[in-house]
Amino acid sequence: MKLDANARYRKSHEWVRKDGAQYVVGISDHAQESLGDIVFVELPAVGKAFKQGDAFAVVESVKAASDVYLPMSGKIVAVNDALEGAPDLINREPYSGGWLVKFEASNPAEWDGLLEPSAYEAEASKE
Amino acid sequence: MNLTPEPLVYGLSSPGRVGVVLPESDVPAAPVPAWLERESLPLPELDELTTVRHFTRLSQKNFSIDTNFYPLGSCTMKYNPKANEAAAAHPSWRNLHPYAGETMSQGALELVYRLQGILAEIGGFEAVSLQPAAGAHGELAGVFMIRKYHVERGDAHRVKILIPDSAHGTNPASCTMAGLEAVTIPSNAEGGVDLEALKAALGPDVAGVMITNPNTLGLFERNIEEICRLVHAAGGLVYGDGANMNAVTGVFRPGDSGIDVMHFNLHKTFSTPHGGGGPGVGMVAANATLAEFLPGPLVVKKGAAYALATPAKSIGRMKAFYGNFAVLVRAYAYVRMLGAEGLRRLAENAVLNANYLKALVEKRWKVKYGRRCMHEFVAMGDIAEGVHTLDVAKRLIDYGFHPPTIYFPLIVPEAVMIEPTETESKETLDAFAAVLDRIADEARDNPALLHDAPTTTPVGRLDEVAAARCPVLCYRA
Repeated sequence: MKLDANARYRKSHEWVRKDGAQYVVGISDHAQESLGDIVFVELPAVGKAFKQGDAFAVVESVKAASDVYLPMSGKIVAVNDALEGAPDLINREPYSGGWLVKFEASNPAEWDGLLEPSAYEAEASKE
Repeated sequence: MNLTPEPLVYGLSSPGRVGVVLPESDVPAAPVPAWLERESLPLPELDELTTVRHFTRLSQKNFSIDTNFYPLGSCTMKYNPKANEAAAAHPSWRNLHPYAGETMSQGALELVYRLQGILAEIGGFEAVSLQPAAGAHGELAGVFMIRKYHVERGDAHRVKILIPDSAHGTNPASCTMAGLEAVTIPSNAEGGVDLEALKAALGPDVAGVMITNPNTLGLFERNIEEICRLVHAAGGLVYGDGANMNAVTGVFRPGDSGIDVMHFNLHKTFSTPHGGGGPGVGMVAANATLAEFLPGPLVVKKGAAYALATPAKSIGRMKAFYGNFAVLVRAYAYVRMLGAEGLRRLAENAVLNANYLKALVEKRWKVKYGRRCMHEFVAMGDIAEGVHTLDVAKRLIDYGFHPPTIYFPLIVPEAVMIEPTETESKETLDAFAAVLDRIADEARDNPALLHDAPTTTPVGRLDEVAAARCPVLCYRA
């Protein structure tokens, strides 16, 4: 399983990375591998606020539709429009071109409670 | 299987060719208004023999329970006895007009009345409505009933329905359709409902819980009585998803365990055709608490006569006329052929067949939750490095078996959900297990055989992404 060393993770397979003053979110390589070919992505409206752990997006593969949960509380400032035409970016580049949204954190301290790459790897390989 | 690609019927057309010559009109011709006239109508022109061959060849490409083993988990693809068809085709049913009226339809009403009573007895319920036309339709009826019950009591703030994470996807969909909010409850290590999580989620905003028993892992929910007690104590009601009734018919009556409202699929347990073979019936049954909310009309007996009646607080109609009546005739024929003892034996043999097959399969394949299963079990298809469940499913087609349900339930990675039903012989189960063994060998020695499968069908591996993203739904010349 590929990991991004600069990201933090949640057990539910999202990653989050600092992006200047903002944060960027996607799903892990392990998650895209488990889901299989992704065919649709439903993203939230820019400006919408979520609490940590709220479902903010839906990723649909040929196998299943899955909610994606925001790793930290915050307000959406950008969504990845490229996914509308090319949802398979998530399969090909889960940590770069396949990002889902960027947000402004309302409680940056939540970052410290997220999983380090090694801890996430241990969790994901238990499945 | 007939492997030759079959052209579209338009490709067989030849200008001016006719199959049927209609007689001269024996009524005066009425002029068609000019605005209704078309310049052209591109219908195919064929003779009768070409038409018959075309559709016969298409039918030979069809995969069905009448041709091959069909272990599609949670779908109960059992053999549907042909006696059912003979009963339904009888002219006295077939020629009955839906507007014939009650006095002209006493026999049909009596059949519905009797079937309502038999199914209420099998489920342990007060009353049954045969209106809903599918399992999810029955679920929707049940959720509407639960909602109306609370609203009538002035309890309209109960808007949440709790659903285990192993449930059929139709359960949360039915809640959403009914305007309620679906909340997921995790499973415990045994594959049952996590009681602590259930207790934590229950409260004054909970309308009810939807439980499938046996659940989609093929496991009996041992805490069903405790679950019903907890939900009732919190003011909620319990919906039973009867998709898996085939495992318990004549053995366990869900109504006795405290379930308030439940659907059964006549097109699964009661052997009426489905999976493209015909319309369904997702009948809904209710206990005394909810019986008056059932969708109408039901058939009632008034003196010696049968009549249609809608319960006092009914949620209303779920279907035009009286549901899918011809399906009810098939189910009635089936339950009367089996009798009480036969219905119990069908469940016992469904469970025996599943456990026999599980014992064969788990020698090579991982089976999630190893305890004794009911009518189905869930194996895992990642048998070798780089091989996935999808590859195993496609390879099974090459060996003449319908693939099991795959990637469901969602809580089992690489799920392969196998339901043999009671109608398969030991020889068929042995042959299926032997093929799975052979596929396990292939996965280890020559995985390309799996990745390239199927190769024995008119079309090979389909591009599922393109099919989902850019479906072509209309004929294009």
